[in-house]
Amino acid sequence: MLIYSLKRLALAVLIVSAAMFLLFTMIYLIPGDPASVALGPRATDAMREALLIKMGLDQPVWIQFWNFFTNAWQGNLGNEILSNRPVADVVMEQLPWTLALIAGGMVWSIALGIPLGCWTAVKRGGLADRAIGVLSIAVIAVPSFVVAIYALLIFAVSLRWLPAIGAGDPGNLGDQLLHLVLPSLAVGLGWVGYIARMVRASMLEVLEAPHIRTARAFGLTDRQITYRYALSIAILPTVTLLGVGIGQMLSSAVFAEIVFARPGVGKLVYDAILTRNYPLVSGAVLVTTALFIAINLIADLVVGYLDPRVRSRL
Amino acid sequence: MNVLEIRHLSVSFAAEGGSLQALKDVSIDVPEHCIVGVVGESGCGKSTLINSILRLLPDNGSIDAGSIHFEEQDLTQAGRPKMQDIRGQRISTVFQDPMDALNPVLSIADQMLHIQYRSGLGRKEKNARSLDMLRRVRIPDPESALKRYPHEFSGGMKQRIAIAMAMMMEPALLIADEPTTALDATLEVAIIKLMKDLQSHIGCSMLFISHHLGLIAELCDQVVVMYAGEVLERGTARQIFHNPWHPYTERLLDCDPGSQSSRMRHLPTIPGEIPDLKKRQEGCIFRSRCQFCEDICHAMPDEIQSNGHHVRCHRRSP
Ligand SMILES: Nc1ncnc2c1ncn2[C@@H]1O[C@H](COP(=O)(O)OP(=O)(O)OP(=O)(O)O)[C@@H](O)[C@H]1O
Ligand SMILES: [Mg+2]
Repeated sequence: MLIYSLKRLALAVLIVSAAMFLLFTMIYLIPGDPASVALGPRATDAMREALLIKMGLDQPVWIQFWNFFTNAWQGNLGNEILSNRPVADVVMEQLPWTLALIAGGMVWSIALGIPLGCWTAVKRGGLADRAIGVLSIAVIAVPSFVVAIYALLIFAVSLRWLPAIGAGDPGNLGDQLLHLVLPSLAVGLGWVGYIARMVRASMLEVLEAPHIRTARAFGLTDRQITYRYALSIAILPTVTLLGVGIGQMLSSAVFAEIVFARPGVGKLVYDAILTRNYPLVSGAVLVTTALFIAINLIADLVVGYLDPRVRSRL
Repeated sequence: MNVLEIRHLSVSFAAEGGSLQALKDVSIDVPEHCIVGVVGESGCGKSTLINSILRLLPDNGSIDAGSIHFEEQDLTQAGRPKMQDIRGQRISTVFQDPMDALNPVLSIADQMLHIQYRSGLGRKEKNARSLDMLRRVRIPDPESALKRYPHEFSGGMKQRIAIAMAMMMEPALLIADEPTTALDATLEVAIIKLMKDLQSHIGCSMLFISHHLGLIAELCDQVVVMYAGEVLERGTARQIFHNPWHPYTERLLDCDPGSQSSRMRHLPTIPGEIPDLKKRQEGCIFRSRCQFCEDICHAMPDEIQSNGHHVRCHRRSP
């Protein structure tokens, strides 16, 4: 297990490095030099020259990359243009909000998706199964920003059950959680459908397995068989799927943050693009990429932990 | 006294293009402390028979007629809780393929623990009992074996564990569905000996299903010969192997003279094919492959019985 974890960690580092290389290449290939973008049209040649040297852009490209690369691994993503603060600081300030949003989306999707999937598998073919099947497909098909807007209109504006915008009073955890309910629903609702379908399909497969027949032949109760003997196996593909699905949740988070006017990395990138704050955009993209890969890594380790076959094979 | 008495059991599956009658008018007795062997070609309904006894038929299968008496009750009429009670406690089963018979994500200890949920014992006692069972089936280093997972064992070891689990609750009836066909021939003898030892130790009866005629001859007290979902002949091992009445049984034994002692692992092949179970013909089911087929065989033969030797064949009719 330790060796497996180390291997996976090394792979993750490699992937992040590759992402850095890609990002660097993209920035490098963008037409126009960053100094003129940063300084605006009224800058003199001398000012541009000075900034280029300050940013190290007069160096050969491979040295530029090496500097970018080593700096990035040390958490130095350069300074942003508007306030000249370190990009890393700005992104890290916003990151917890996005993490909370995604965690909320996960809670929704797991808390609803797994029981629904399980239940429909056990009651397959029934009315409830079919109704939930149709609903699942529906929520998968609806884009998350539509969910966000409707959730906002229905639960916040019309019914006034939940707060509409913002992230809640700083320091008031209850209020912040309340503000998290609708945006995280917008992020997670589609995943409720995905997970319900996925769990149902793998449950149906597992319930046909010979070892389930053995469990029945030993007289175990239906509860025991469904939850302990079948679900513990049927859940494994879902964990992997969730790890990959984080990428999609991150992009939903952008919309949710904009619609609900919440702070977060998505909102940050959105604003940064509007103001052409390129260092901030690229820094935020790099951080989200690393986050995505880290969560994937965690998902793989969780599967390894849950599945003894994987655990011992690696 | 019979532990298990199956009478006129008929089972069918709803399948594409009509229903498929997998068992027709099957009657079998399993006396106390006896080992009863069931032989028959692949697809003759052996697994369906077991699934009917355990009431674990797939959703499309149903018991159409007949009764299955076990310990004073008719299992065909038993409700879910009753069946759950019987399974694993009074009737235990060892299945054919040990590779996938145990849950892959639960440790052996957990699985053995879960089966004992009705025993009323404490956790420590249950674990001690699991350990004792593993020792009895001769798993090397049982303490560490308990902590391990099924994939860490070989097929033979897994089957030993499955047998330990089946015997743990000291059932009245042990059902074994070809417990050694998926294993090496070299392991077969050891596993069979183990089952026989445990069976006589616990004093249970056994319904032993196999293709292996040699094994059946060696192990079983009584033998049931099945063909296309019907019992063609049944009797003591001596009656079946030394004085077979049904042409089908004769053919099975003929294919290899001295088959009683030879280690024939697979049933000999007989020319012709099993009839289509969706369109059962009138009369004797073996007719299409029988060298003695006559006009009278188009009518269903009655069951003839003498000294516990039962047969369905017109050639034996008085
Ligand atoms: N769920 C099912 N639906 C339809 N037909 C089935 C089903 N299960 C079994 N059958 C049919 O019932 C007949 C008996 O099958 P069964 O599995 O009991 O045979 P078997 O004697 O155990 O064979 P084997 O030696 O290969 O294990 C076969 O013709 C099979 O195709
Ligand atoms: Mg079978």
